[in-house]
Amino acid sequence: MSKGSIHRLRSNPVAALAFSVIVLLIAIAVIGPWFNPNNIESLDWAHVAAYPSLTGAHWLGTDRLGRDLFARTLEGMRVSLAVACVAGAISLSLGLAYGAVAGYAGGRWDQLMMRFIEVLSGLPLIFFVIFLTVIFGRSQYLLFLAIGAIGWLTMARIVRGQTLSIRQREFIEAAIASGAGTGRIILRHVVPNLLGPVIVYATLTIPQIILFESFLSFLGLGIQEPHASLGTLIAEGAGEMEAAPWILLVPGGVLAVLLVCLNIVGDGLRDAIVGREGAAT
Amino acid sequence: MVRYFIKRLAGAVPTLLIIITAAFFLIRGAPGGPFDQEQTLPPEILANLQTAYGLDLPIWAQYGRYVGALAHGDFGPSFKYKDFTVTELIGQGFPVTLEIGALALILALGLGLPLGTYAALHHHSAADHAAMSLAVVGIAVPSFVVLPFLGLVFGIYLRWLPVAGWEPGSIRHLVLPVIALCLPPLCIIARMTRASMLEVLRSQYIRTAFAKGLPLHIVILRHALRPALVPVAGYLAPAVASIMTGSLVVESIAGLPGIGRYLVQGALNRDYTLVMGMVIIYSALLIAMGLAVDMLYAWLNPRIRFGR
Repeated sequence: MSKGSIHRLRSNPVAALAFSVIVLLIAIAVIGPWFNPNNIESLDWAHVAAYPSLTGAHWLGTDRLGRDLFARTLEGMRVSLAVACVAGAISLSLGLAYGAVAGYAGGRWDQLMMRFIEVLSGLPLIFFVIFLTVIFGRSQYLLFLAIGAIGWLTMARIVRGQTLSIRQREFIEAAIASGAGTGRIILRHVVPNLLGPVIVYATLTIPQIILFESFLSFLGLGIQEPHASLGTLIAEGAGEMEAAPWILLVPGGVLAVLLVCLNIVGDGLRDAIVGREGAAT
Repeated sequence: MVRYFIKRLAGAVPTLLIIITAAFFLIRGAPGGPFDQEQTLPPEILANLQTAYGLDLPIWAQYGRYVGALAHGDFGPSFKYKDFTVTELIGQGFPVTLEIGALALILALGLGLPLGTYAALHHHSAADHAAMSLAVVGIAVPSFVVLPFLGLVFGIYLRWLPVAGWEPGSIRHLVLPVIALCLPPLCIIARMTRASMLEVLRSQYIRTAFAKGLPLHIVILRHALRPALVPVAGYLAPAVASIMTGSLVVESIAGLPGIGRYLVQGALNRDYTLVMGMVIIYSALLIAMGLAVDMLYAWLNPRIRFGR
C-alpha cells in the first residue's frame, strides 16, 4: 500500500462511514452481552414473541420460545463473523500458497495448476459444498473448511498473476544470485510483495463467506441449534413473518447492513489500491 | 464457427462425466443410507430392498449400471418418493424452476444493461451515484432476506401480491420470487455494463462517431454496445449459477413446487438417484450456459472467431 492509496482511501467518506459501522457492529457483538440483562438460552414464558421495546425487558423483543432476540442476534453476529474470519484465513492461505507456487514455478507446472483451477471453477462448487456438509455430518469445523474452499480459486488466480510479474524483477534475480532457495525466495521475497492485492481481495471475500455461511445455515445445513448464526435466525424469522415480523427484521437488517458495509469497504480499498473506478467484481 | 462449437461441445462431455463420477462416489461415501429410518428394518426386508435397488452389488458395478442407464436417459427410481422415478420428479418441478430462473435472467439483463449504460452516459451525475449505491445494496443483500422482506411489505401490509404459494399459470405468484432472484445479478450486470461502457466511450472510434454527427442512440447501439458487452457476456455463466443457488432458497420461502428442494432434501435423505439427477441437471445447464457464452464471445469478438 503506497501513501497515495492511503490518502485516496481516507478521502472516500462513504467507505470511512461503512468502516465505522462495521467496527461499531463488531463492538456491539462483542461487548453487548455485558449490557444485556438477558442471556441467550433462557426462555421467558411471560414474554413469548414480545414486541421490541426499549423500556421493556427485551430491547429487540423475543422469539416464539421467549428467547431474547437481542442476545440471539449478537450471538448470530459473533458466529457469522468468526466463521468469516476462519474461512477467510483458510481461503487466503490456500490461494496464496497455490498461486505463488504456480506463478513462481511458471512454464508447464503453471499451466497444469491453472488448468486445474479452471476445471474446478467451472464446476457448480456450491453443490459439492452442500454434499460435503451432508456427508461429513454436522461438524462445524468442516463447515469452515468447506466455506473456505470457495474463495481460494479466485485468490489463487490473482496471486499467480501478480507473482508472474514479480518474478521478472531484479530483486528476485539478486536473491537467486546470492544463493537463496526457491522456498525462501517465495516466502521472503514474493509473498510480501503480494500483500496489497491479496488484502483487497480478502476484504471482498469476507462478505461472500458471510453470505454463503448464512445461506447454508438458512437451508439447515450450517450452524445447528442451540447455536445461532444470522442465517438460522433469518430462517426462523421468515416462518414467523406474519405474526411477529421483528424476528425476521432484526437479524435480516443486521445481515444486510453488515454485508453492504463490508462490500463498500472492499470496493473502496480496491479503488484506493488498484486506482480504477467501479470496476467489475 | 461450427467447428469451434463442435470443439467446445466435445470438451463439455468429459467435464460432465467427471462431475457425475465425483458426485456418485461422494454421495455413496456418505455415512448412512436411503433406508435408515426411526425404527430399523428387519434384516430380511432390508436385504430385499437392497437387492431390488441393486445396492448389494459392488460399488463399481453400481456405477457402471448407473452410467449405462443414464446413457439411455434413465435417471432411475427415487429412493424416498416411492412410485416416482427421478425423471418424473424432475419433469414435474423443472418447468417451474426454469420459468422463474429464465424470467429472472431476462429481467436482470433487460434492466441491468440499460441501467448500466444510462449510468455510464451520465457519469458522475446524481442518477449515476444513486443507481450505483443501490447496486451495492442489491449485490450485498441476499435473496433470502430480500424475499421475506418483500413478502412482508407487498404481501402482508399492502396486500397487493400473494406472500407464497403457486397456481398453474398465475403470474402474480411469481412476481416477488422473480424480483428477489434477479436482484443480485441485475446489480452486478448494471455495474459491469457501466464500467465497460465508460471505458469504451473514452475510445477514439467513439469520438469519431460523435464527430461525424451520428445521433447518440446510433453511437451506442451500433458502435459502443458490442465491445462493452464482452465482460458482461463472461458474467452470464456465473449469473446462471447464482440464480440456480438462489432458487434453492427462494422456492422454499415462496412455496413454489420447483426442483430446488430436491437437492438438499435428497442429499439429507441419501436419496442417491434423486441427488444425482439434480447434480446432472444443474451441471448440464451450467455447461450449456458456458458453451452459449463461448459462442457469444465468438460473435462479439471476431478475433476469437477467426483466430486459432
